[in-house]
Amino acid sequence: MKNEWPLWEVFIRGQHGLNHRHVGSLHAPDAEMALKNARDVYTRRNEGVSIWVVEAAHITASSPSDKGPLYEPSESKVYRHPTFFDIPDEAGHM
Amino acid sequence: MYAQMVKSESTQDAPEKLAAFQARIDAGEKIEPKDWMPEGYRKTLIRQIGQHAHSEIVGQLPEGNWITRAPTLERKAILLAKVQDEAGHGLYLYCAAETLAVSRDELTEMLLDGRMKYSSIFNYPTLTWADMGAVGWLVDGAAIMNQVPLQRTSYGPYSRAMIRICKEESFHQRQGYHIMMKMAQGTPAQKKMAQDALNRFWYPSLMMFGPSDKDSVHSAQSMKWKIKMNTNDELRQKFVDQTVPQAEFLGLTVPDDTLRWNEDKGGYDFAEPDWSEFFDVIQGNGPCNTERLAARNKAWDEGAWVREGLMAHAAKKRAAKLAAE
Ligand SMILES: [Fe+2]
Ligand SMILES: [Fe+2]
Ligand SMILES: [Fe+2]
Repeated sequence: MKNEWPLWEVFIRGQHGLNHRHVGSLHAPDAEMALKNARDVYTRRNEGVSIWVVEAAHITASSPSDKGPLYEPSESKVYRHPTFFDIPDEAGHM
Repeated sequence: MYAQMVKSESTQDAPEKLAAFQARIDAGEKIEPKDWMPEGYRKTLIRQIGQHAHSEIVGQLPEGNWITRAPTLERKAILLAKVQDEAGHGLYLYCAAETLAVSRDELTEMLLDGRMKYSSIFNYPTLTWADMGAVGWLVDGAAIMNQVPLQRTSYGPYSRAMIRICKEESFHQRQGYHIMMKMAQGTPAQKKMAQDALNRFWYPSLMMFGPSDKDSVHSAQSMKWKIKMNTNDELRQKFVDQTVPQAEFLGLTVPDDTLRWNEDKGGYDFAEPDWSEFFDVIQGNGPCNTERLAARNKAWDEGAWVREGLMAHAAKKRAAKLAAE
């Protein structure tokens, strides 16, 4: 408690060229050790080809109470989806 | 099951808030760390996830006991990998618990001073190599029974930890059963060791699911909150039904004279474990309680200079980097 190792969030890119994805977290004294620990804790079965670690204290997250103001505006903008537009079949594949 | 008799905490929150929370759970939504949650939900989860994490960590000890004495290099490498997985399981679970506003060190300290429990099963000794077979087959088998439904638990971080863990558990059980197969097909002395391991681990494994439903006071609220997905007796029955044919395949005998197939219920009738022994072990009086906690305390105390040293080193490096800028 007095001198606990900081918390790091771990992101891993899997084999198939996808984005790095959050897989969990761990404690480590510094970034170098966090990477080493992440390898042992989260890639014991070839789960990844690249690891990012970010100190959890550096992450800014949106808060659940912002859900409305943040995401509701996009709900009314249905024209952002291709299905909003009716294109006759005669126009061919689009 | 690695969490036994998790006492559910009461909650003093406003009824409307509780109802809205329950509606989210009933709708199958996941609760995430920053979402509002009842105090009882949060505390019960800390206790349950913490107990589960401690079980993974303490659970390394009975198997670690045989790493240096595994019969072949291959078995040694397998057992080492299995025990390393258990360390990983502990770490996934501690991280899930920490999202509920309890620190890793606090959790560790509560294990070390006995305020938090770990599964009763790890207070039994591993006396022979066949015990490595019995532990993988029965103990990991019982854990899987409990962990598979918990993948659907309502708390997001817990559910995600369970998904990772379940992916890794099947290897544990199969390597254990494979050891049992070799022993059961081996010399008469080896087969006898396998039978002896089954005899000693059968009832303690049944105890892993916790007391009988009629004596299980903490289940209702936890089931409503989807922290607990099945009753103790449901899971125990499933475990027996799955395990008895596996024992028959090995040519070993489950140490229960009353064991009978019951056509009507489509499952086995079986003898309950000695619950007074269970409560005794939970109270700290099992064969290895003292040894297990002493080992964890020793590891923590003797690792202190490493934890502190690495922090000091990190601070020094940070300062040097700043000075260079
Ligand atoms: Fe495990
Ligand atoms: Fe487990
Ligand atoms: Fe396991």
